[in-house]
Amino acid sequence: MNPFLVLSFVVVAAVTIGGALGVVLARTVFASGLFLILSFLGVAGIYVLLEAPFLAATQVLIYVGAVAVLILFAIMLTRRVMSGQTQDNRLNNQWIAAALVAVLLFLLLVSTTFQQWNLSQESPPVDSVAALGAAFLGPYILPFEIVSVLLLAALIGAIVIARE
Amino acid sequence: MVDYFAQFMPYWAAALLWFVIYAVILLVFALVNMLFITWLERKVIGRMQDRIGANRAGPFGLFQPIADMVKILTKEDITPTAANRVIYNLGPLVVVPPAILVFAVLPFSPTISGVDLNIGLLFIFAVAGTSTLGILIAGWGSNNKYSLVGAMRAVAQMVSYEVPQLLSIVGVVMIAGTLSMQAIVAKQAQLGWFILLQPVAFIVFLIATTAEVNRTPFDLPEAESEIIAGHHTEYSGLKFGMFYLAEYISVLFVSALAATVFLGGYQIPFVPLDSPVTSILGPFVLIAKTYLFIFLAIWLRGTLPRVRVDHLMAFAWKGLVPICLLNILIVALLAPIIWTIGVTAPGIAAVAAIGMMLVANAVMFIIIFLIINSIVRRDRARMVEGTVPAR
Repeated sequence: MNPFLVLSFVVVAAVTIGGALGVVLARTVFASGLFLILSFLGVAGIYVLLEAPFLAATQVLIYVGAVAVLILFAIMLTRRVMSGQTQDNRLNNQWIAAALVAVLLFLLLVSTTFQQWNLSQESPPVDSVAALGAAFLGPYILPFEIVSVLLLAALIGAIVIARE
Repeated sequence: MVDYFAQFMPYWAAALLWFVIYAVILLVFALVNMLFITWLERKVIGRMQDRIGANRAGPFGLFQPIADMVKILTKEDITPTAANRVIYNLGPLVVVPPAILVFAVLPFSPTISGVDLNIGLLFIFAVAGTSTLGILIAGWGSNNKYSLVGAMRAVAQMVSYEVPQLLSIVGVVMIAGTLSMQAIVAKQAQLGWFILLQPVAFIVFLIATTAEVNRTPFDLPEAESEIIAGHHTEYSGLKFGMFYLAEYISVLFVSALAATVFLGGYQIPFVPLDSPVTSILGPFVLIAKTYLFIFLAIWLRGTLPRVRVDHLMAFAWKGLVPICLLNILIVALLAPIIWTIGVTAPGIAAVAAIGMMLVANAVMFIIIFLIINSIVRRDRARMVEGTVPAR
Protein backbone atom coordinates (compact mmCIF):
# COMPACT_ATOMS: atom_id res chain seq x y z
CA MET A 1 0.00 0.00 0.00
CA ASN A 2 1.18 3.49 -0.85
CA PRO A 3 2.09 5.17 2.48
CA PHE A 4 0.94 8.58 1.19
CA LEU A 5 -2.45 7.15 0.33
CA VAL A 6 -2.79 5.74 3.84
CA LEU A 7 -1.67 9.01 5.41
CA SER A 8 -4.09 11.02 3.22
CA PHE A 9 -6.91 8.65 4.12
CA VAL A 10 -6.20 9.01 7.85
CA VAL A 11 -6.22 12.81 7.59
CA VAL A 12 -9.36 12.92 5.46
CA ALA A 13 -11.18 10.42 7.68
CA ALA A 14 -10.18 12.37 10.79
CA VAL A 15 -11.55 15.58 9.24
CA THR A 16 -14.81 13.85 8.32
CA ILE A 17 -15.36 12.29 11.73
CA GLY A 18 -14.10 15.34 13.61
CA GLY A 19 -16.51 17.51 11.63
CA ALA A 20 -19.37 15.14 12.35
CA LEU A 21 -18.54 15.16 16.07
CA GLY A 22 -18.39 18.94 15.96
CA VAL A 23 -21.90 19.11 14.51
CA VAL A 24 -23.25 17.26 17.54
CA LEU A 25 -21.09 18.87 20.20
CA ALA A 26 -20.98 22.53 19.09
CA ARG A 27 -22.75 25.00 21.36
CA THR A 28 -24.21 27.33 18.74
CA VAL A 29 -26.27 26.11 15.79
CA PHE A 30 -24.22 28.24 13.41
CA ALA A 31 -21.03 26.51 14.53
CA SER A 32 -22.75 23.16 14.01
CA GLY A 33 -23.47 24.24 10.44
CA LEU A 34 -19.81 25.13 9.92
CA PHE A 35 -18.68 21.74 11.27
CA LEU A 36 -21.11 20.09 8.87
CA ILE A 37 -19.25 21.80 6.00
CA LEU A 38 -15.97 20.39 7.32
CA SER A 39 -17.51 16.94 7.31
CA PHE A 40 -18.79 17.43 3.73
CA LEU A 41 -15.30 18.47 2.63
CA GLY A 42 -13.88 15.34 4.25
CA VAL A 43 -16.32 13.20 2.26
CA ALA A 44 -15.21 15.00 -0.91
CA GLY A 45 -11.62 14.13 0.04
CA ILE A 46 -12.57 10.45 0.32
CA TYR A 47 -14.06 10.60 -3.19
CA VAL A 48 -10.77 12.06 -4.44
CA LEU A 49 -8.85 9.19 -2.82
CA LEU A 50 -11.23 6.76 -4.54
CA GLU A 51 -10.27 8.35 -7.89
CA ALA A 52 -13.73 9.73 -8.47
CA PRO A 53 -12.89 13.41 -9.09
CA PHE A 54 -16.24 14.19 -10.73
CA LEU A 55 -18.11 12.97 -7.66
CA ALA A 56 -15.78 14.99 -5.39
CA ALA A 57 -16.34 18.21 -7.34
CA THR A 58 -20.10 17.59 -7.37
CA GLN A 59 -20.01 16.96 -3.61
CA VAL A 60 -18.32 20.32 -3.04
CA LEU A 61 -20.53 22.12 -5.57
CA ILE A 62 -23.83 20.81 -4.22
CA TYR A 63 -23.25 20.08 -0.54
CA VAL A 64 -20.77 22.81 0.39
CA GLY A 65 -21.76 25.42 -2.18
CA ALA A 66 -25.53 24.99 -2.04
CA VAL A 67 -26.92 22.80 0.77
CA ALA A 68 -24.62 24.10 3.52
CA VAL A 69 -25.08 27.69 2.39
CA LEU A 70 -28.85 27.15 2.46
CA ILE A 71 -28.64 25.71 6.00
CA LEU A 72 -26.54 28.65 7.24
CA PHE A 73 -28.89 31.05 5.47
CA ALA A 74 -31.88 29.49 7.23
CA ILE A 75 -30.07 29.75 10.59
CA MET A 76 -29.41 33.44 9.91
CA LEU A 77 -33.08 34.04 9.18
CA THR A 78 -34.30 32.47 12.43
CA ARG A 79 -33.64 35.22 14.89
CA ARG A 80 -34.02 33.32 18.18
CA VAL A 81 -31.51 30.65 17.21
CA MET A 82 -29.20 33.24 15.76
CA SER A 83 -28.99 35.64 18.67
CA GLY A 84 -28.35 33.35 21.59
CA GLN A 85 -26.88 30.00 22.42
CA THR A 86 -29.19 27.04 22.31
CA GLN A 87 -30.07 25.59 25.67
CA ASP A 88 -27.62 22.94 26.68
CA ASN A 89 -29.46 19.72 25.93
CA ARG A 90 -26.69 17.93 24.12
CA LEU A 91 -26.54 15.36 26.89
CA ASN A 92 -30.18 14.55 27.60
CA ASN A 93 -31.49 11.42 29.26
CA GLN A 94 -32.64 9.41 26.25
CA TRP A 95 -30.77 6.29 27.36
CA ILE A 96 -32.95 3.77 25.52
CA ALA A 97 -32.68 5.54 22.18
CA ALA A 98 -28.94 5.95 22.62
CA ALA A 99 -28.47 2.27 23.43
CA LEU A 100 -30.56 1.23 20.42
CA VAL A 101 -28.57 3.44 18.05
CA ALA A 102 -25.28 2.22 19.50
CA VAL A 103 -26.24 -1.44 19.07
CA LEU A 104 -27.44 -0.79 15.52
CA LEU A 105 -24.25 1.07 14.61
CA PHE A 106 -22.15 -1.73 16.13
CA LEU A 107 -24.00 -4.36 14.08
CA LEU A 108 -23.58 -2.29 10.90
CA LEU A 109 -19.86 -1.83 11.54
CA VAL A 110 -19.34 -5.54 12.24
CA SER A 111 -21.25 -6.58 9.15
CA THR A 112 -19.34 -4.19 6.87
CA THR A 113 -15.95 -5.00 8.36
CA PHE A 114 -16.22 -8.78 8.08
CA GLN A 115 -17.97 -8.81 4.71
CA GLN A 116 -16.07 -10.19 1.71
CA TRP A 117 -16.45 -7.39 -0.86
CA ASN A 118 -16.13 -8.04 -4.59
CA LEU A 119 -13.15 -6.01 -5.77
CA SER A 120 -12.75 -5.14 -9.44
CA GLN A 121 -9.26 -5.68 -10.81
CA GLU A 122 -9.82 -3.17 -13.61
CA SER A 123 -8.09 0.20 -13.35
CA PRO A 124 -10.44 3.21 -13.24
CA PRO A 125 -11.21 4.77 -16.65
CA VAL A 126 -8.83 7.55 -17.69
CA ASP A 127 -11.59 9.97 -18.71
CA SER A 128 -14.08 9.17 -15.97
CA VAL A 129 -16.33 12.13 -16.84
CA ALA A 130 -16.99 10.90 -20.36
CA ALA A 131 -17.53 7.35 -19.08
CA LEU A 132 -19.96 8.65 -16.48
CA GLY A 133 -21.89 10.64 -19.09
CA ALA A 134 -22.06 7.66 -21.41
CA ALA A 135 -23.32 5.48 -18.55
CA PHE A 136 -26.01 8.00 -17.58
CA LEU A 137 -27.37 8.25 -21.11
CA GLY A 138 -26.74 4.60 -21.96
CA PRO A 139 -27.58 1.73 -19.60
CA TYR A 140 -28.92 3.97 -16.79
CA ILE A 141 -31.11 6.27 -18.88
CA LEU A 142 -34.37 5.32 -17.13
CA PRO A 143 -33.25 6.14 -13.54
CA PHE A 144 -31.53 9.26 -14.85
CA GLU A 145 -34.71 10.52 -16.51
CA ILE A 146 -36.85 9.62 -13.50
CA VAL A 147 -34.54 11.65 -11.26
CA SER A 148 -34.75 14.61 -13.63
CA VAL A 149 -38.57 14.46 -13.58
CA LEU A 150 -38.46 14.31 -9.77
CA LEU A 151 -36.20 17.37 -9.64
CA LEU A 152 -38.47 19.22 -12.05
CA ALA A 153 -41.46 18.42 -9.84
CA ALA A 154 -39.55 19.71 -6.79
CA LEU A 155 -38.67 22.88 -8.70
CA ILE A 156 -42.27 23.53 -9.71
CA GLY A 157 -43.41 22.75 -6.15
CA ALA A 158 -40.96 25.30 -4.76
CA ILE A 159 -42.24 27.96 -7.17
CA VAL A 160 -45.87 27.22 -6.24
CA ILE A 161 -45.10 27.48 -2.52
CA ALA A 162 -43.18 30.72 -3.06
CA ARG A 163 -46.15 32.23 -4.94
CA GLU A 164 -48.63 31.71 -2.13
CA MET B 1 9.39 19.90 -14.76
CA VAL B 2 8.65 17.00 -12.43
CA ASP B 3 10.70 14.77 -14.71
CA TYR B 4 13.60 17.21 -14.53
CA PHE B 5 13.62 17.20 -10.72
CA ALA B 6 13.13 13.42 -10.68
CA GLN B 7 16.71 13.02 -11.95
CA PHE B 8 18.03 14.11 -8.56
CA MET B 9 15.49 12.65 -6.11
CA PRO B 10 12.68 10.11 -5.80
CA TYR B 11 9.60 10.83 -7.91
CA TRP B 12 7.30 11.70 -5.00
CA ALA B 13 9.79 14.28 -3.68
CA ALA B 14 10.15 15.78 -7.16
CA ALA B 15 6.37 16.07 -7.53
CA LEU B 16 6.04 17.59 -4.08
CA LEU B 17 8.87 20.07 -4.75
CA TRP B 18 7.36 21.13 -8.08
CA PHE B 19 3.91 21.60 -6.53
CA VAL B 20 5.36 23.77 -3.77
CA ILE B 21 7.34 25.88 -6.26
CA TYR B 22 4.32 26.27 -8.53
CA ALA B 23 2.07 27.21 -5.60
CA VAL B 24 4.52 29.91 -4.51
CA ILE B 25 4.75 31.25 -8.08
CA LEU B 26 0.92 31.36 -8.31
CA LEU B 27 0.62 33.16 -4.97
CA VAL B 28 3.16 35.78 -5.98
CA PHE B 29 1.53 36.12 -9.41
CA ALA B 30 -1.91 36.62 -7.86
CA LEU B 31 -0.67 39.12 -5.23
CA VAL B 32 1.41 41.22 -7.64
CA ASN B 33 -1.44 41.36 -10.13
CA MET B 34 -3.87 42.24 -7.35
CA LEU B 35 -1.69 45.21 -6.35
CA PHE B 36 -1.43 46.27 -9.99
CA ILE B 37 -5.20 46.00 -10.54
CA THR B 38 -5.96 48.24 -7.55
CA TRP B 39 -3.59 50.85 -9.02
CA LEU B 40 -5.06 50.40 -12.52
CA GLU B 41 -8.59 50.75 -11.20
CA ARG B 42 -7.82 54.02 -9.42
CA LYS B 43 -6.03 55.41 -12.46
CA VAL B 44 -8.65 54.37 -15.04
CA ILE B 45 -11.61 55.45 -12.91
CA GLY B 46 -9.77 58.72 -12.30
CA ARG B 47 -9.36 59.36 -16.01
CA MET B 48 -13.00 58.47 -16.65
CA GLN B 49 -14.03 61.01 -14.03
CA ASP B 50 -11.71 63.65 -15.53
CA ARG B 51 -9.16 63.42 -12.69
CA ILE B 52 -5.56 62.23 -12.69
CA GLY B 53 -5.86 59.55 -10.02
CA ALA B 54 -3.06 58.33 -7.78
CA ASN B 55 0.11 60.21 -8.74
CA ARG B 56 2.13 60.91 -5.56
CA ALA B 57 3.90 57.65 -4.62
CA GLY B 58 6.44 56.72 -7.27
CA PRO B 59 6.20 57.20 -11.06
CA PHE B 60 2.54 57.51 -12.13
CA GLY B 61 1.60 56.65 -8.53
CA LEU B 62 2.70 53.06 -9.13
CA PHE B 63 3.80 52.61 -5.50
CA GLN B 64 0.40 53.68 -4.19
CA PRO B 65 -0.75 50.04 -3.60
CA ILE B 66 2.38 49.41 -1.52
CA ALA B 67 1.65 52.51 0.59
CA ASP B 68 -1.94 51.26 0.97
CA MET B 69 -0.68 47.85 2.04
CA VAL B 70 1.57 49.37 4.72
CA LYS B 71 -1.36 51.46 5.92
CA ILE B 72 -3.57 48.37 6.18
CA LEU B 73 -0.88 46.44 8.04
CA THR B 74 -0.37 49.16 10.64
CA LYS B 75 -4.06 49.73 11.39
CA GLU B 76 -5.50 48.76 14.75
CA ASP B 77 -7.02 45.29 14.86
CA ILE B 78 -10.51 45.56 16.33
CA THR B 79 -12.82 42.74 17.42
CA PRO B 80 -16.34 43.89 18.32
CA THR B 81 -17.21 42.88 21.89
CA ALA B 82 -20.59 41.49 20.80
CA ALA B 83 -19.09 39.36 18.02
CA ASN B 84 -18.56 35.63 18.23
CA ARG B 85 -14.78 35.75 18.46
CA VAL B 86 -13.89 32.46 16.73
CA ILE B 87 -16.37 32.75 13.88
CA TYR B 88 -15.53 36.44 13.42
CA ASN B 89 -11.86 35.58 12.91
CA LEU B 90 -12.72 32.60 10.72
CA GLY B 91 -14.38 34.82 8.08
CA PRO B 92 -11.24 36.34 6.49
CA LEU B 93 -9.50 32.96 6.64
CA VAL B 94 -12.24 31.20 4.68
CA VAL B 95 -12.63 33.94 2.07
CA VAL B 96 -9.13 33.87 0.55
CA PRO B 97 -8.30 30.17 -0.18
CA PRO B 98 -11.04 29.53 -2.78
CA ALA B 99 -10.00 32.69 -4.63
CA ILE B 100 -6.43 31.42 -5.00
CA LEU B 101 -7.11 27.67 -5.26
CA VAL B 102 -8.88 28.02 -8.62
CA PHE B 103 -5.65 29.22 -10.27
CA ALA B 104 -4.34 25.65 -9.94
CA VAL B 105 -6.17 24.49 -13.07
CA LEU B 106 -5.60 27.61 -15.18
CA PRO B 107 -3.33 26.80 -18.16
CA PHE B 108 -0.68 29.44 -18.90
CA SER B 109 0.88 27.64 -21.86
CA PRO B 110 0.69 24.13 -23.38
CA THR B 111 3.19 22.96 -20.75
CA ILE B 112 2.54 25.29 -17.81
CA SER B 113 -0.52 24.54 -15.70
CA GLY B 114 -0.75 23.39 -12.11
CA VAL B 115 -2.82 20.31 -12.79
CA ASP B 116 -4.76 19.55 -15.95
CA LEU B 117 -7.77 17.95 -14.25
CA ASN B 118 -10.25 16.27 -16.54
CA ILE B 119 -12.93 18.03 -14.47
CA GLY B 120 -11.14 21.41 -14.73
CA LEU B 121 -14.16 23.68 -15.28
CA LEU B 122 -16.29 21.83 -12.73
CA PHE B 123 -13.46 22.15 -10.19
CA ILE B 124 -13.38 25.90 -10.79
CA PHE B 125 -17.11 26.32 -10.22
CA ALA B 126 -17.13 24.01 -7.20
CA VAL B 127 -14.28 25.86 -5.48
CA ALA B 128 -15.48 29.32 -6.49
CA GLY B 129 -18.93 28.45 -5.15
CA THR B 130 -17.52 28.06 -1.65
CA SER B 131 -16.49 31.73 -1.57
CA THR B 132 -20.07 32.52 -0.44
CA LEU B 133 -19.28 30.70 2.80
CA GLY B 134 -16.63 33.19 3.88
CA ILE B 135 -19.04 36.07 3.32
CA LEU B 136 -21.79 34.28 5.26
CA ILE B 137 -19.43 33.54 8.17
CA ALA B 138 -18.14 37.12 8.22
CA GLY B 139 -21.65 38.56 8.12
CA TRP B 140 -22.94 36.37 10.94
CA GLY B 141 -19.82 36.47 13.08
CA SER B 142 -19.68 40.28 13.16
CA ASN B 143 -23.04 40.47 14.96
CA ASN B 144 -23.95 43.65 13.15
CA LYS B 145 -27.14 44.47 11.25
CA TYR B 146 -25.36 45.88 8.23
CA SER B 147 -23.00 42.91 8.05
CA LEU B 148 -25.90 40.50 8.24
CA VAL B 149 -27.94 42.29 5.57
CA GLY B 150 -24.86 42.52 3.37
CA ALA B 151 -24.11 38.82 3.76
CA MET B 152 -27.70 37.88 2.97
CA ARG B 153 -27.70 40.04 -0.14
CA ALA B 154 -24.36 38.59 -1.20
CA VAL B 155 -25.48 35.00 -0.78
CA ALA B 156 -28.83 35.51 -2.51
CA GLN B 157 -27.10 37.24 -5.41
CA MET B 158 -24.21 34.81 -5.75
CA VAL B 159 -26.40 31.71 -5.55
CA SER B 160 -28.78 33.16 -8.15
CA TYR B 161 -26.10 34.21 -10.62
CA GLU B 162 -24.18 30.97 -10.26
CA VAL B 163 -26.96 29.33 -12.27
CA PRO B 164 -26.66 31.40 -15.48
CA GLN B 165 -22.87 31.45 -15.08
CA LEU B 166 -22.72 27.65 -15.10
CA LEU B 167 -25.36 27.25 -17.80
CA SER B 168 -23.66 29.72 -20.13
CA ILE B 169 -20.49 27.59 -20.04
CA VAL B 170 -22.43 24.37 -20.77
CA GLY B 171 -22.65 25.26 -24.48
CA VAL B 172 -18.86 25.61 -24.64
CA VAL B 173 -18.40 22.28 -22.85
CA MET B 174 -20.81 20.58 -25.25
CA ILE B 175 -18.98 21.80 -28.35
CA ALA B 176 -15.54 21.05 -26.88
CA GLY B 177 -16.71 17.71 -25.51
CA THR B 178 -14.52 18.07 -22.42
CA LEU B 179 -14.19 19.87 -19.08
CA SER B 180 -10.38 20.01 -19.15
CA MET B 181 -9.03 23.55 -19.51
CA GLN B 182 -6.10 22.51 -21.73
CA ALA B 183 -8.44 20.58 -24.02
CA ILE B 184 -10.82 23.54 -24.26
CA VAL B 185 -7.94 25.79 -25.36
CA ALA B 186 -6.78 23.14 -27.86
CA LYS B 187 -10.33 22.90 -29.22
CA GLN B 188 -10.40 26.65 -29.78
CA ALA B 189 -7.16 26.46 -31.77
CA GLN B 190 -8.95 23.97 -34.01
CA LEU B 191 -12.49 25.44 -34.28
CA GLY B 192 -11.96 29.13 -33.60
CA TRP B 193 -12.44 31.06 -30.37
CA PHE B 194 -15.65 30.36 -28.51
CA ILE B 195 -16.55 34.06 -28.50
CA LEU B 196 -17.29 33.55 -32.22
CA LEU B 197 -19.10 30.26 -31.65
CA GLN B 198 -21.04 31.34 -28.55
CA PRO B 199 -21.44 35.13 -28.60
CA VAL B 200 -24.74 35.18 -26.69
CA ALA B 201 -23.43 32.78 -24.04
CA PHE B 202 -20.34 34.98 -23.78
CA ILE B 203 -22.42 38.05 -22.96
CA VAL B 204 -24.48 36.10 -20.41
CA PHE B 205 -21.26 34.78 -18.87
CA LEU B 206 -19.81 38.28 -18.56
CA ILE B 207 -22.95 39.61 -16.85
CA ALA B 208 -23.28 36.64 -14.49
CA THR B 209 -19.59 36.75 -13.63
CA THR B 210 -19.72 40.45 -12.84
CA ALA B 211 -22.51 39.63 -10.39
CA GLU B 212 -20.54 36.67 -8.98
CA VAL B 213 -17.60 38.83 -8.00
CA ASN B 214 -19.90 41.56 -6.60
CA ARG B 215 -18.70 44.33 -8.87
CA THR B 216 -20.63 47.36 -10.06
CA PRO B 217 -23.42 47.37 -11.30
CA PHE B 218 -24.06 44.34 -9.06
CA ASP B 219 -22.36 45.62 -5.91
CA LEU B 220 -25.50 45.59 -3.76
CA PRO B 221 -23.83 43.43 -1.07
CA GLU B 222 -21.39 46.27 -0.44
CA ALA B 223 -23.60 49.24 -1.31
CA GLU B 224 -21.95 52.03 0.70
CA SER B 225 -24.96 54.33 0.70
CA GLU B 226 -27.28 51.65 2.08
CA ILE B 227 -25.38 49.20 4.29
CA ILE B 228 -21.97 50.84 4.89
CA ALA B 229 -19.73 48.05 3.58
CA GLY B 230 -21.80 44.89 3.82
CA HIS B 231 -20.23 41.81 5.31
CA HIS B 232 -16.85 43.41 6.07
CA THR B 233 -18.22 46.45 7.90
CA GLU B 234 -16.72 45.40 11.27
CA TYR B 235 -13.33 44.29 9.97
CA SER B 236 -10.26 46.48 10.17
CA GLY B 237 -6.60 46.26 9.31
CA LEU B 238 -5.33 43.04 7.83
CA LYS B 239 -8.65 41.24 8.24
CA PHE B 240 -10.29 43.82 5.99
CA GLY B 241 -7.27 43.46 3.73
CA MET B 242 -8.10 39.77 3.30
CA PHE B 243 -11.57 40.58 1.94
CA TYR B 244 -10.09 43.22 -0.32
CA LEU B 245 -7.48 40.73 -1.53
CA ALA B 246 -10.01 37.96 -2.19
CA GLU B 247 -12.23 40.35 -4.14
CA TYR B 248 -9.50 41.55 -6.47
CA ILE B 249 -7.97 38.10 -6.94
CA SER B 250 -11.44 36.87 -7.91
CA VAL B 251 -11.67 39.64 -10.51
CA LEU B 252 -8.27 38.60 -11.85
CA PHE B 253 -9.28 34.96 -11.98
CA VAL B 254 -12.68 35.37 -13.65
CA SER B 255 -11.04 37.62 -16.25
CA ALA B 256 -8.44 34.92 -16.91
CA LEU B 257 -11.24 32.34 -17.04
CA ALA B 258 -13.21 34.38 -19.57
CA ALA B 259 -10.03 34.82 -21.62
CA THR B 260 -9.30 31.08 -21.48
CA VAL B 261 -12.78 29.83 -22.27
CA PHE B 262 -13.92 32.42 -24.78
CA LEU B 263 -10.78 34.10 -26.18
CA GLY B 264 -8.57 31.08 -26.74
CA GLY B 265 -6.48 31.41 -23.58
CA TYR B 266 -2.76 31.46 -24.29
CA GLN B 267 -3.32 30.79 -27.99
CA ILE B 268 -2.01 33.40 -30.44
CA PRO B 269 -4.29 33.83 -33.50
CA PHE B 270 -3.11 31.87 -36.56
CA VAL B 271 -0.15 30.35 -34.69
CA PRO B 272 -0.41 26.60 -34.06
CA LEU B 273 -0.42 25.45 -30.43
CA ASP B 274 2.64 23.22 -30.75
CA SER B 275 4.94 25.95 -32.11
CA PRO B 276 7.65 27.22 -29.71
CA VAL B 277 6.26 30.76 -30.07
CA THR B 278 3.12 29.76 -28.18
CA SER B 279 5.16 28.09 -25.45
CA ILE B 280 7.23 31.22 -24.84
CA LEU B 281 4.69 34.00 -25.47
CA GLY B 282 1.62 32.05 -24.27
CA PRO B 283 1.59 33.27 -20.65
CA PHE B 284 1.99 36.91 -21.76
CA VAL B 285 -0.78 36.55 -24.33
CA LEU B 286 -3.05 35.14 -21.65
CA ILE B 287 -2.22 38.01 -19.29
CA ALA B 288 -2.88 40.55 -22.07
CA LYS B 289 -6.29 38.98 -22.78
CA THR B 290 -7.00 38.89 -19.04
CA TYR B 291 -6.32 42.61 -18.69
CA LEU B 292 -8.73 43.24 -21.53
CA PHE B 293 -11.50 41.87 -19.33
CA ILE B 294 -10.19 43.63 -16.22
CA PHE B 295 -10.30 46.91 -18.12
CA LEU B 296 -13.87 46.09 -19.16
CA ALA B 297 -14.80 45.50 -15.50
CA ILE B 298 -13.30 48.84 -14.48
CA TRP B 299 -15.00 50.53 -17.41
CA LEU B 300 -18.37 49.11 -16.30
CA ARG B 301 -17.74 50.40 -12.79
CA GLY B 302 -17.06 53.84 -14.15
CA THR B 303 -20.17 53.83 -16.32
CA LEU B 304 -23.14 52.04 -14.80
CA PRO B 305 -25.21 52.84 -11.70
CA ARG B 306 -26.17 50.12 -9.22
CA VAL B 307 -29.16 47.89 -10.09
CA ARG B 308 -32.17 47.52 -7.80
CA VAL B 309 -32.67 44.39 -5.67
CA ASP B 310 -35.91 43.23 -7.31
CA HIS B 311 -34.52 43.89 -10.79
CA LEU B 312 -31.42 41.93 -9.86
CA MET B 313 -33.28 38.72 -9.05
CA ALA B 314 -35.80 39.02 -11.87
CA PHE B 315 -32.99 39.61 -14.34
CA ALA B 316 -31.16 36.44 -13.35
CA TRP B 317 -34.11 34.06 -13.21
CA LYS B 318 -36.42 35.49 -15.88
CA GLY B 319 -33.79 36.92 -18.20
CA LEU B 320 -30.46 35.11 -18.19
CA VAL B 321 -31.55 31.56 -17.32
CA PRO B 322 -34.08 31.20 -20.20
CA ILE B 323 -31.50 32.60 -22.63
CA CYS B 324 -28.98 30.00 -21.42
CA LEU B 325 -31.49 27.18 -21.79
CA LEU B 326 -32.31 28.30 -25.33
CA ASN B 327 -28.59 28.41 -26.10
CA ILE B 328 -28.07 24.88 -24.76
CA LEU B 329 -30.94 23.65 -26.96
CA ILE B 330 -29.36 25.20 -30.06
CA VAL B 331 -25.92 23.81 -29.24
CA ALA B 332 -27.42 20.36 -28.63
CA LEU B 333 -28.85 20.48 -32.15
CA LEU B 334 -25.73 21.83 -33.85
CA ALA B 335 -22.84 20.28 -31.87
CA PRO B 336 -23.13 16.81 -33.46
CA ILE B 337 -22.90 18.42 -36.91
CA ILE B 338 -19.77 20.30 -35.82
CA TRP B 339 -18.22 17.10 -34.46
CA THR B 340 -18.95 15.25 -37.71
CA ILE B 341 -17.41 17.98 -39.84
CA GLY B 342 -14.41 18.08 -37.49
CA VAL B 343 -13.79 14.39 -38.21
CA THR B 344 -14.72 14.16 -41.92
CA ALA B 345 -13.42 17.53 -43.18
CA PRO B 346 -11.07 19.11 -40.61
CA GLY B 347 -9.97 21.72 -43.16
CA ILE B 348 -13.29 23.58 -43.20
CA ALA B 349 -14.30 22.68 -39.63
CA ALA B 350 -13.53 26.11 -38.22
CA VAL B 351 -15.31 28.05 -40.98
CA ALA B 352 -18.35 25.76 -40.90
CA ALA B 353 -18.62 25.80 -37.11
CA ILE B 354 -18.26 29.56 -36.81
CA GLY B 355 -20.70 30.16 -39.69
CA MET B 356 -23.39 27.86 -38.29
CA MET B 357 -23.09 29.09 -34.72
CA LEU B 358 -22.99 32.76 -35.74
CA VAL B 359 -26.20 32.41 -37.76
CA ALA B 360 -27.90 30.48 -34.94
CA ASN B 361 -26.78 33.03 -32.36
CA ALA B 362 -27.91 35.94 -34.54
CA VAL B 363 -31.37 34.39 -34.84
CA MET B 364 -31.43 33.76 -31.10
CA PHE B 365 -30.31 37.31 -30.37
CA ILE B 366 -33.06 38.78 -32.57
CA ILE B 367 -35.72 36.60 -30.89
CA ILE B 368 -34.50 37.58 -27.41
CA PHE B 369 -34.38 41.23 -28.41
CA LEU B 370 -37.96 41.15 -29.77
CA ILE B 371 -39.29 39.43 -26.64
CA ILE B 372 -37.55 41.83 -24.25
CA ASN B 373 -38.64 44.76 -26.39
CA SER B 374 -42.30 43.73 -26.26
CA ILE B 375 -42.17 43.17 -22.48
CA VAL B 376 -40.56 46.54 -21.85
CA ARG B 377 -43.04 48.30 -24.16
CA ARG B 378 -45.99 46.64 -22.43
CA ASP B 379 -44.71 47.67 -19.01
CA ARG B 380 -44.05 51.17 -20.25
CA ALA B 381 -47.57 51.44 -21.71
CA ARG B 382 -49.12 50.25 -18.44
CA MET B 383 -47.01 52.73 -16.51
CA VAL B 384 -48.11 55.61 -18.73
CA GLU B 385 -51.77 54.56 -18.37
CA GLY B 386 -51.22 54.57 -14.65
CA THR B 387 -52.71 51.10 -14.07
CA VAL B 388 -49.53 49.98 -12.33
CA PRO B 389 -47.05 52.08 -10.34
CA ALA B 390 -43.69 52.78 -11.94
CA ARG B 391 -41.19 50.02 -11.45
